[in-house]
Amino acid sequence: MEEEDLSKVSGYVSTRGLRLAASTWRPVSARLDRLAGSVFILPAVIVILAFSIFPLLASLYVSLSRLTFSEGGVGLKFVGFDNYSKLLVGIDHVHFLGLAGSPTVLSTAFLAAAYLLMVFLLYRYARGPNVTVGGLAGRVVTAIAAGALLWLVANTVLTSGRPGTLVVTLIYVGVDVTVQYLIALGLALLVVQHLPGRRFFRVVFLLPMMITPVGVAYLFRMLTDTSKGPLYPLWVHFGLTDVSWVTNPWGARLAVMIGDVWQWTPFIFIVLLAAIETLPHELVEAAVVDGASRLQVFLRITFPLILPATSTVVLIRLIEGFKIVDLPNVLTNGGPGTATESMTLHAYTIWRALDIGGSAAVAYMLLIVVTFIGVSYVNLFRRRVTAMT
Amino acid sequence: MSRYLARALILTLAGAVLAACSNGTTTSSNQNFSGVTVHVVTFTGPQIAEPLQRRAPDFERLTGAKIQVITVPFSDLYQKVLTDMATKTNSYDAFVFDPQWLGDYVPGGYLEDLSDRVKNDSALQWNDIAPFFRDFSATFKGHVYTIPLDGDFQMVYYRTDLLQKDGLQPPATWDDYISIAQHFQGKDLNGDSKPDFGSCMAMKRSAQSYWMYISIAAAYLQSQGTKQGSFFDTSNMQPIFNNPGAAAALNVYKTLSKLGPPDQLNNDVGDSRGLFVTGRCALSLDWGDIGPLAVDKTQSTVQDKVGAVILPGSKRVLDRSTMQLADCNSTLCPYATNGVNHSPYAAFGGWSGAINRASAAKTKDAAYAFLSYMSQPAQSSVDVTIGKTGFNPYRTTHFTNLKPWLDSGMSEKAAKDYLGAIQASLQSPNMVLDLRIPQTAYYQQTSLDTSLAQFLAGELNVNQTMSQITSQWNQKTDEVGRQSQLDAYKASLSVTK
Repeated sequence: MEEEDLSKVSGYVSTRGLRLAASTWRPVSARLDRLAGSVFILPAVIVILAFSIFPLLASLYVSLSRLTFSEGGVGLKFVGFDNYSKLLVGIDHVHFLGLAGSPTVLSTAFLAAAYLLMVFLLYRYARGPNVTVGGLAGRVVTAIAAGALLWLVANTVLTSGRPGTLVVTLIYVGVDVTVQYLIALGLALLVVQHLPGRRFFRVVFLLPMMITPVGVAYLFRMLTDTSKGPLYPLWVHFGLTDVSWVTNPWGARLAVMIGDVWQWTPFIFIVLLAAIETLPHELVEAAVVDGASRLQVFLRITFPLILPATSTVVLIRLIEGFKIVDLPNVLTNGGPGTATESMTLHAYTIWRALDIGGSAAVAYMLLIVVTFIGVSYVNLFRRRVTAMT
Repeated sequence: MSRYLARALILTLAGAVLAACSNGTTTSSNQNFSGVTVHVVTFTGPQIAEPLQRRAPDFERLTGAKIQVITVPFSDLYQKVLTDMATKTNSYDAFVFDPQWLGDYVPGGYLEDLSDRVKNDSALQWNDIAPFFRDFSATFKGHVYTIPLDGDFQMVYYRTDLLQKDGLQPPATWDDYISIAQHFQGKDLNGDSKPDFGSCMAMKRSAQSYWMYISIAAAYLQSQGTKQGSFFDTSNMQPIFNNPGAAAALNVYKTLSKLGPPDQLNNDVGDSRGLFVTGRCALSLDWGDIGPLAVDKTQSTVQDKVGAVILPGSKRVLDRSTMQLADCNSTLCPYATNGVNHSPYAAFGGWSGAINRASAAKTKDAAYAFLSYMSQPAQSSVDVTIGKTGFNPYRTTHFTNLKPWLDSGMSEKAAKDYLGAIQASLQSPNMVLDLRIPQTAYYQQTSLDTSLAQFLAGELNVNQTMSQITSQWNQKTDEVGRQSQLDAYKASLSVTK
């Protein structure tokens, strides 16, 4: 059929020649068809490589180097893993990892419960029908890394020790994201009710997110000042003018966390609100007709249906939360001592003295932690949620 | 007779012409720089940036040069300037910065050598600038790189009315300072029926706290004169921050952290100055800024109630041969007053202006003319009397000419008291020079500052703090090169006064 068409179009070309040409070009054109997709996305890939991957690799090299100043310029001297060893076992390890205290009943109980849970989950997976070698290996690695982080948290927070910037960051992320999610869910459920003024409050609840983080930090700096500021009459009334939030390690961390929760709850709120508003009414109506209570409707219908949105927004906030820097920097400059210093602020503090290698090493440690937690979250939680729904 | 008259007339005319020529060539602010824009970077302020911004339009009217003042947070200024020059971005033509950083900026060849310009600029009146600021703030290895715009010494301020009422003398030692602070802590000091504070001091992290600590520590660590140094042993570059003298200073520092406002650990100098001039503190440790701020009617409630004295000292100092504290005697404390060793600390060294060597020739001329204009007595004599400028006296005329001080609202007694405290520091043979070696920003702003913040917060005890500072400093010294750092440190102490 193809040969007949060709001979009609070009009468003076022999059928044999056309057949030959077609057979020669067919693989090329087929290959071009196959490559077309790749060719079209190549510019985007090149842009990403240039602006994302290259800086990543360059900063990896920087983290293995030390900046030196010479006549008229700067140089990078390769120092191997010196910058990392400073953080993990060297002069800066207490600052980064914290100081472990003697085990307490609480820290031991916490660790025992966490480790037992991890062993149980691993055992259940190993005995389950979907077990694969790769899956099991991945889970064992995740369990070991998570176990190490939990050990660090338990022995620096639940003992007489003190947390380093790594654990402080984990506390910020864990507490902030949990509290933000709970408040945002409550507000979203409230706003979808047909209450008077709900449109007004929908806008008001979004306002904190619109303010620059540095502005929020200055706002909370004024609010936490017990010797002056807008809340001064309140502190006087309660006799708290001699108390300072920000000179106590946990008071200062709490101030930072309240500021972060205040600013970022609206982000989760808006996503959950959109998810709840798009739920099919038929399901809820059917449940109500069947006699389901409000709690049952929430637990059996609303919550499972917003789980995909939940898992996505929590992942975004997890990744964003690790980068917290504005609030502790402006509110307390990382103090008292190093109590409120996050990993990003740690990197920034080192960078200010132009120790760019040391700063890049902290940034890479942050990247490793964020990647580990992000990937674990996606593998263990998000995929399951997606499959479930 | 007429011949003599004619000769005298000719000589007079010649003298007048010479004088006119001389003025014409050396008054840098009379040059024409139309079309030239000078980008000057300094810290956010409002101090320091304020006088530069305020006087920029006047300078433009005089010379045609447009001055654009760019501000960045103080904690970013060091790396911002260095990165800009090292990467050859050169977006700034002039810098108003901490002269302690010359140790990093000059060896890189980034700054213009101003030696000849200064020599040929009669309007600047170079010799009117106090020798310490000419030699320390402006000069590095024999060459002039900056024009001083500010004179920095830390001293102690006290409320004259309160001390007089209770029959107390201004503090001579740090023990005196503590006892006065304890005496007033919790009492109402400004008549508003609220409890106030014995002492207000900047103790916030990443702010000015480490200068405050050195002001205390120097009294224990340096007693043999300026060249002894307060930071390192000049024979082996070992830090002298791990000994009974440094421990005594840490204990004073910790005690004072509890004799102030409840959030003192989160206060910088802006906070402590605000508290002092509103009458909430009996004592404060600060640079010269409180003097002019105390007479500023817009914010001060303690006008003519503020006295200033040289930094308190100690009767026991570190004997470097035994590394133990020992009582002062004529050998150990040759410069002691009434048995008290005072070590006035030239903290920071005073904001100074420098020029980017890579800028265009005409821009560099305009930048120099602007810095010279800012420093000339006509401008600086007024600026140093205004609290919000952040500029403190640094010229001989600033100390001898009381008129601008009286015009600013200071009483003659207060002016003499304030200037006397600075002069006593400036003339002390045991003056403490601030650190000025490569990577000074790491030694002080990162290591010392963080360790002190951890100490105040209770994260480290006295021994752990001293040990951490020592090991971090040693590690940095070894990284940069112990011998080269030692050479730089010794060179920085060989200042002729």
